[in-house]
Amino acid sequence: MKLQLLVQHMINGLSLGALYALLAVGYTMVYGILKLINFAHGEIFMMGAFFTYFSITLFGFPWWLGMLAGIAGAALLGLLVDQIAYRPLRKAPKISALITAVGVSIFLQSLAIVVFGGVPKSFRGVYPAFFDKIFIIGGEIVEKRGRQVIVNGIRIPAMTIITFAVTGLALLLLWYILFRTRTGMAMRAIAMDSRAVSLMGINGNRIIALTFALGSAMAAVGAILWVGKYPQVWPIMGFMPGLKAFVAAVIGGIGSVSGAVIGGILLGFIEILAVGIMPSLAGYRDVFAFILLILLLSFKPNGIMGKKNLVKV
Amino acid sequence: MKRFVQVFLVVMVVFGTMLVAQNMDEIKVAAVFSMTGGASGYGRMTWEGVEIAWEMYPEVLGIPIDVYLIDTKSDKVEAANGVRRAIENDGVLAILGNIISGNSLAGGAVAEELKTAMVSPTSTSPLVTEGKKFVNRVCFIDAFQGQAAAKLMQELGNQKVAVFMDVEQDYSVALARFFEDTFTQSGGEVLYEYFKTGDQDFSAQVLDAIAKGAEAFYLPGYYQEVALICLQAYQNGFYGDLVSADGADAPETVEIAGEAVEGLFLTANYHPDAPAFNENAEEFLAAYEKKYPGEKPAAFAGLGFDAYMVLLKAIEMAGEPDREKVAQAIRQIKDFPGATGYITINEQGNAEKTVTVVRIENGQFVYDSMINP
Repeated sequence: MKLQLLVQHMINGLSLGALYALLAVGYTMVYGILKLINFAHGEIFMMGAFFTYFSITLFGFPWWLGMLAGIAGAALLGLLVDQIAYRPLRKAPKISALITAVGVSIFLQSLAIVVFGGVPKSFRGVYPAFFDKIFIIGGEIVEKRGRQVIVNGIRIPAMTIITFAVTGLALLLLWYILFRTRTGMAMRAIAMDSRAVSLMGINGNRIIALTFALGSAMAAVGAILWVGKYPQVWPIMGFMPGLKAFVAAVIGGIGSVSGAVIGGILLGFIEILAVGIMPSLAGYRDVFAFILLILLLSFKPNGIMGKKNLVKV
Repeated sequence: MKRFVQVFLVVMVVFGTMLVAQNMDEIKVAAVFSMTGGASGYGRMTWEGVEIAWEMYPEVLGIPIDVYLIDTKSDKVEAANGVRRAIENDGVLAILGNIISGNSLAGGAVAEELKTAMVSPTSTSPLVTEGKKFVNRVCFIDAFQGQAAAKLMQELGNQKVAVFMDVEQDYSVALARFFEDTFTQSGGEVLYEYFKTGDQDFSAQVLDAIAKGAEAFYLPGYYQEVALICLQAYQNGFYGDLVSADGADAPETVEIAGEAVEGLFLTANYHPDAPAFNENAEEFLAAYEKKYPGEKPAAFAGLGFDAYMVLLKAIEMAGEPDREKVAQAIRQIKDFPGATGYITINEQGNAEKTVTVVRIENGQFVYDSMINP
């Protein structure tokens, strides 16, 4: 494989991985605090995309306000899901909450089909034009069919740069909340021992609700970037990314935020490179993610960052 | 008061008999379509055409026709169940549907088992009618669409073509194989790239095809994926010809991919600007434009219209609403003037007809040329 091609694959893989990472963070935070795998997370991602889409196209918000509305909407939905579906089950066996999570996922998906319709909506032109710009490094100019075009250069879409920047910022903000605020400290404390925390006079349910809101907001950020890259919104768009992000969270060590980020980026990277190296298996690319999961778990059952005494959130 | 009761009873009896009579004198036809799920865009467009045909010709042999929808959710199991429910519970005379090939395979097996005619408006995989006596279609089969695309690729002067095959869709696999046969026979070279329904990222496949020196891409698939492949081909610096099939013949292709699908060729069943065929085509166009002002019908609407019209013609030819007679009559149809061209249903239940080549120019689907069988 030529170096230029390899670099291009790596750029594409990294930008996909960054999106998985944003989604994986939400899984891992909820798991850390409640020991619950929130299968509805992929649907919150989908709803975040729809909220953004409708805020901009239907209500005529400027794009940045639409994005904020999408994030706020998803956070609110995350909160609502926790209040209605999970909170009554706090003291029930873990398996009940898990099954409820699957139910919430199916409910939200079906709701989206009924309310928004099954036809994919185009997200093109919703964001301003500079989101679609492509920067080309190197390469040579040739003429093809009367057009001057550049071939063999390394191409970096503006969306990729935005994805990196926004992912970085979002994770930085998350880190700040978790490690530099009292609420963050409470979240980490609940992950360690939820009963002891309530003895300290901290309202556990409030902190859990905040965790859901924060994780859902992260998923919405991921969704906003996702539809910039793959410009269509439809009700089952969250299913596969949600599943992949779950795999990423487990690979990284579920419960660990930095693990989720590493797992997400690794997964995106491997998915793209595997197809690049073995194009004949591209039709089965999702299998790579799960093979990676099985292999990694058989050697490191706790995931990459999943050590004992780890700070969990 | 007594009088009132008498009148009331008489009215009841009259209405009652009318209801019963109506039930007996009604031909039921189920449209088993994908109205939600991945292929919902096609289902809705096809249904528009069926509705127009039904409004224009609401009865046959003097008996009113009742067409109703069953949603398959684009799912094979739902498709099979829907067909069974329509035949066994609702007692339909015939089935219109299904939309995508995978669903028609599942639903067709049931129709065959229960000896009820099925007319698919849009399923193009050869397997749909293979070895079946009751399953028919009014669109062309994949074989011909793949061959037509291969001829088109040669006319455009391409020697090495990357074929993007959706390994999950019978439709895509069949088109790709027939394309390869025709294209390599005349000295061309084919390389395969694979993907799966629902995939969003095709950058790795596109880069691989470019690195291997593909001059053009053949994209037999459905619009959700085809639009994204075109978009990512554009973003990754591919400037060769793009040829797709009727699966991408939907406005969503342009909405999603924008300038990336400029110049994309499609092998299609229908285009409103193609030289007018017959009075049915004109009537259909007029009715569509009246019902949806300012819009032009997609191929799927034309095919929906034709599926209904072919079934109507078959019922007329059979002379009575009898399931087996209607099924036999469908295969006797010759040179029927449909909205999408003259349709002959052959002994295999396949339609023999012309392929229209459509090109995307300035975001519009424009008529390009015709390819004959």
